[in-house]
Amino acid sequence: MSILTEVELLRRIPLFSNIDTSRLKLLAFTSERLTFENGAILFREGDRGDSAYLILTGKVAISVGSPNGDVVVASLGANNIVGEMSLLCEMPRTATVTAAEPLDTLRIKKDQFFGLLRDLPQMTLEIMRELAVRLNNVNKELSAAHAKLRAAGLE
Amino acid sequence: MATTHQSLYGYIWKHSRRDQLVILSIALAAQPFYFLTLTLPKLIINGPIQGEGFATPTATQNFMRLVVGLPEWLGSQWVLLEGFALERVPYLFALSFAFLALVGFNGFLKYLINTMKGRLGERLLRRLRYDLIDRVLRFPPSHLRKSKQSEIASMVKDEVEPLGGFSGDAVVWPVFLAGQALTALIFILVQSFWLGLVSAVVVLGQAIIIPRLRRPILQLGKMRQLQARELAGRVGEIVDGGADIRVHGTSNWERADIVRRLGRIFDIRFELYQRKYFVKSLNNFMAQMTPFIFYAAGGYFVITGQLDVGQLVAVIVAYKDLPGPIKELIDWDLQRQDVQIKYDQVMDQFQPDGMTPPEHHEASKEPRSPLAAIELKNVTAIDDAGFTLLDDVDLALPLNQTVAVTGPGGCGKEALGQLFARQISIKTGTVKAGDDDFFALSEATASRCIAYAGPESYFFPVNLTENLLYGLKQSPRDGVASERSRREAIRAGNPAFDAEADWLDYEALGTRDPKIILERLVDVLTMVDLESDVYQFGLQARLNPKVSAEAADRIVEARLALHERLAAPDAVTLVERFDPETYNRNASIAENILFGASIDPIMQPHNLTSLPHFQRVVAEEGLEQHLVAMGQSIAETMLELFRDFPPDHPFFDEFSFIPSSELPAYQQIMKRAKTSGLTYPDRAKLSVLPLRYIEARHRLGLITPDIRERLLATRRTFAETLPANLKPLISFYEEGKYNAAASIQDNILMGRVSYGVAQANERVNVLIREVLDKLDVRDLIIEAGLAFHAGVGGKRLTTGQRQKLGLARALIKDPQLLVVNGALANLDDQQKTNIVDRVLKHRAGKATIWVLTKDDLADRFDRVLVFEHGRLAADRQQTLREAAQ
Repeated sequence: MSILTEVELLRRIPLFSNIDTSRLKLLAFTSERLTFENGAILFREGDRGDSAYLILTGKVAISVGSPNGDVVVASLGANNIVGEMSLLCEMPRTATVTAAEPLDTLRIKKDQFFGLLRDLPQMTLEIMRELAVRLNNVNKELSAAHAKLRAAGLE
Repeated sequence: MATTHQSLYGYIWKHSRRDQLVILSIALAAQPFYFLTLTLPKLIINGPIQGEGFATPTATQNFMRLVVGLPEWLGSQWVLLEGFALERVPYLFALSFAFLALVGFNGFLKYLINTMKGRLGERLLRRLRYDLIDRVLRFPPSHLRKSKQSEIASMVKDEVEPLGGFSGDAVVWPVFLAGQALTALIFILVQSFWLGLVSAVVVLGQAIIIPRLRRPILQLGKMRQLQARELAGRVGEIVDGGADIRVHGTSNWERADIVRRLGRIFDIRFELYQRKYFVKSLNNFMAQMTPFIFYAAGGYFVITGQLDVGQLVAVIVAYKDLPGPIKELIDWDLQRQDVQIKYDQVMDQFQPDGMTPPEHHEASKEPRSPLAAIELKNVTAIDDAGFTLLDDVDLALPLNQTVAVTGPGGCGKEALGQLFARQISIKTGTVKAGDDDFFALSEATASRCIAYAGPESYFFPVNLTENLLYGLKQSPRDGVASERSRREAIRAGNPAFDAEADWLDYEALGTRDPKIILERLVDVLTMVDLESDVYQFGLQARLNPKVSAEAADRIVEARLALHERLAAPDAVTLVERFDPETYNRNASIAENILFGASIDPIMQPHNLTSLPHFQRVVAEEGLEQHLVAMGQSIAETMLELFRDFPPDHPFFDEFSFIPSSELPAYQQIMKRAKTSGLTYPDRAKLSVLPLRYIEARHRLGLITPDIRERLLATRRTFAETLPANLKPLISFYEEGKYNAAASIQDNILMGRVSYGVAQANERVNVLIREVLDKLDVRDLIIEAGLAFHAGVGGKRLTTGQRQKLGLARALIKDPQLLVVNGALANLDDQQKTNIVDRVLKHRAGKATIWVLTKDDLADRFDRVLVFEHGRLAADRQQTLREAAQ
């Protein structure tokens, strides 16, 4: 699978959907292609995050720690990205991600991602737009939830 | 600082008296022969040539008649040799050949004298240099800290050099030259009193005026020497501080300083030249005055018949020999003063107060005598700046406990550590080892009984083993050097130590078995947490399979074992092995073609394009157009990806195939590719790009099956047609064979760790370690790691590694008293704790003084000393139970 296929896959990620092909190519080129065996751990809850993983093929299980051991809360397949929040801000991983099948990923490192943003203002704008859209969605969901709560007379 | 030192002449005379006298007597014995060579021309011209004494054709003269003039009452003369009678022509030839023989004989004597002088000079220089370095070895620590090493080196190496040349001439040369000048002068005087007198007056004038004019030149010479020495010091600083200069961006400031210094040296030297050549021309002019008088006045005397032509010619010939010696005599005097100044200046720098007396360094072969308890009484110490380090400290240390010394930084605990290493001297009070003065212990005794590890240990640019065993090379050995070199060393006042001999103190090690010594080294390295580092060095090292064929076999065995292990399903993707028949996707195109390792720079993958053989093979295999096409594809991608980045963006270094400065050029090339077509240089520039391309890493999809086959064919042709002169430079990768040019790790791997497999490197390292442990080749790797070169001042090691190595070097001596003074300051707490625990366990029951950087480890020791403001504030014994916690 060459870099061009990776670009196509990157394009399907909402965060990157509006970005120029050549920029995505650069993102792919500066990223590392990594395969994981079934059961291998991509990162653990509480680790300091320094990269995000785009799943090219395979499936991951997302689990969080509980008093009774790790509990799988979700599973994601190809064309999904995990750990992307650590690209944007310093925070420990909020969940453990494990390969649930043999996994092919593109590892995007924070340093490289920031390097791109620093010098490519349009790309920064695109990311900002995407984040604004997400924020807007979250706000909408939040107010809907409020409305529901109010309707239920709980607030 | 300036205690008076011996004068230069005193030094020369003291150490070369005998040789000087021998040379002098030969020089004196040469004088009559020299006089004869001057007389003969006159005899030849006046006698056989002009016919004096050959009134008739058959007249004869006695050749080799020797007559000694005696007073009248003894018969007026005594004929030593009657000689034999010769006619005019044979007499001419006899005299001429005698002249030739004399010239030859004089030449031989000169040769003899010069060789002897040279030898004498070299011996004296050797002695002086040794003396100077001996002094450096005895410098007090405070003076060493102030000395600039490059200035000292410049003095020992360059500044004393003229002394060697001069000392051979110190006595003989002036006597010889004065003798020559006097002989010539007397000869002229005998020929003609007035002409002689004129010469004498001119010579005297030269001898008085010239040295006067030269005095300022000497002053300038002195300044020049100081400036040059300081320049050497500055150059040393620039090299030592190179990294900091770059970090602070002060390279132009340094340049300015150098410019100023060079300017000063230029000014001094230029003035020196002006004065020197003025004096020289004046000297020449005065020397030419005399012939003028000879021609004018002498000619007049000949015309008026008061002097014969033969005499005048002889005078002129003799005079020809006069200015030479005189000039050289004056030069010699200049050199004498110059060398005297240099000597004084150098010696001044080598006489600091408080030098260790030589007898402390005397080699002792007596068995180690253990130290008795150490006792400090009212000890006060101050540093160079007058700051109090230790203030009235009383302390008794029986040498059987582990002692922690704690307190805030600068409280005196560091000074206490240094005191045990005799790195500082005390101002008042006494330090006793048993009944002896601690500071008067000989170096041999002190260093055998005490080992010291400070925060900054110096390491020599040798391998780790030698650095570790450095502290065990105290007792001089003699033996293997030739008798001649030993004798010569003694003649030059050097000790008869032999650096080629094995100096290792096996007695202290308690064994001569190299296996046990290695074991001990490994123990110590493990104790200080350095073993795994050394193991890594070992893996990165190259083995010389000629020297250690068995080791090479073991590594190949390990390779087979690893490959077997890598075949298991969980590891099958980790490594792509080197297979002569397969293209390696995890290696670059250049590496794939070369398919071997080399230690020669011209055979490195990145230099391949400049190798004519490579160019030829590429052309032959028709690979060139493909390389150009791949280059085009890479250039296109790079231009697309990087065109918007500022030139200093880190991406260029990390990811781009084309440096930012070359992007515009490639842009032009790509434009031409679409329009006018590529030129020859364009094609060359493009075909370089793909050589670094690694398919698995860069993922541009360039290696199509067709390209792969071509590259494999190129690999084969490259190896098969390799010219004979290149063959020894490369070792191709071969299954089952050790590759001498590759590191041990590469030999075990014989492949590349795959890009794109999560944690492949870590996992491969673990597998390699497992395999090596199973095969029991750990020692072999450690041995290779111990051969790691520490670099100048240990700079190839990290600060942490240096500190650990310093402690290991002290531990290997297994001393009666171990002093550790902030030696682990740069390590993290966990490491520090582990090391302290291991070392204390190892030294149970033996005296150890540990100056701790942080107090939290103190409870592990038998006794704790707490310092405050240079004073011993608390001294508490801990019970073993406490200490065990």
